[in-house]
Amino acid sequence: MLNDEQIKRYSRQIIIPEIGGKGQKKLLKAKVLVIGAGGLGSAAIQYLAGAGVGTLGIVDGDKVDISNLHRQPIHVGNLGENKALSAKKFVETLNPDVRVDTYPFNIDPSNIRELIKKYDVVLDCTDNFSSRFLINDACVLERKPLVHAAVLRFEGQIITILPGESACYRCLFRRAPPPGTTPSCREAGIIGMATGILGTLQAMEAIKIILGFKDKLLTNTLLYVDLLTMEFTKMKVKRDENCPICSGKVKEIIPEKYVDRCEL
Amino acid sequence: MKKYQLDLRGEVCPYTFVKTKLKLEEIEENSILEVILDHEPAVKDVPRSVKEEGHEVLGVEKIGENLWKIIIRKKGK
Repeated sequence: MLNDEQIKRYSRQIIIPEIGGKGQKKLLKAKVLVIGAGGLGSAAIQYLAGAGVGTLGIVDGDKVDISNLHRQPIHVGNLGENKALSAKKFVETLNPDVRVDTYPFNIDPSNIRELIKKYDVVLDCTDNFSSRFLINDACVLERKPLVHAAVLRFEGQIITILPGESACYRCLFRRAPPPGTTPSCREAGIIGMATGILGTLQAMEAIKIILGFKDKLLTNTLLYVDLLTMEFTKMKVKRDENCPICSGKVKEIIPEKYVDRCEL
Repeated sequence: MKKYQLDLRGEVCPYTFVKTKLKLEEIEENSILEVILDHEPAVKDVPRSVKEEGHEVLGVEKIGENLWKIIIRKKGK
């Protein structure tokens, strides 16, 4: 049962026919893992918490730096603190209904499967290829719905992956580009709104997965966003039957594969 | 057919509708819900919103000074 405060807090989304009290209860029971509490993660976390997702796991081993704040406003006032712990403070202030599990360290091949196990949906809000391949492969092996996004300068991309049903990240990108050919946001720059928009889209997809809007997701669809021209382009993609991970050929995480080009 | 009552005296929009909607989710299909209201704008808003969600409004009655009763039949399959 929703209490009186919850009825008021979530009233604007309970009113929506597709959500209602039933949907709100689903959200309160749901568990979402946000990997990376940077630009994408900050945006996703604030809306997931606001919507009343009952459990949020937040993974990040970095500390808040002043150069992060233009795109990571949830860390305001917490310079030097671990980002997962800083994000937890924000969530607790915003919405006491949300339980926050913090993981103040980075993902690696030895911890990823255990980390994602207890969650219903995983958001990849990381900023490097080895993490993206690692998260994708672990989510496919654990059959966890995953929403991937990545951003650079004014551009971003997002895709939702339902393991065993829709194309995975590795179906699209078999290996990482050669080291040095793709700039990181430290080198190339990034506009705060781009992470805000893409991270918010990730939270939107997560909620749709929880609410069961299965035919309305960005599955088998890569949405490419150019915020300089304001072009939003949907690209149809397909599952690759030769994809080493989602074809079932590779059955576990092989730690030494997640360096350089991350090829399986 | 089961009949339920929801006393929303003291509630204002949009909570009059939100609470009506939550009650309608709880009760059996085709059962009757009587909602008591004392917030005048809700006398128009609640029936309209309830109809939009597919339920049937059987009547709106003024039952006292600043007091109304809205009778709703929950939609069935």
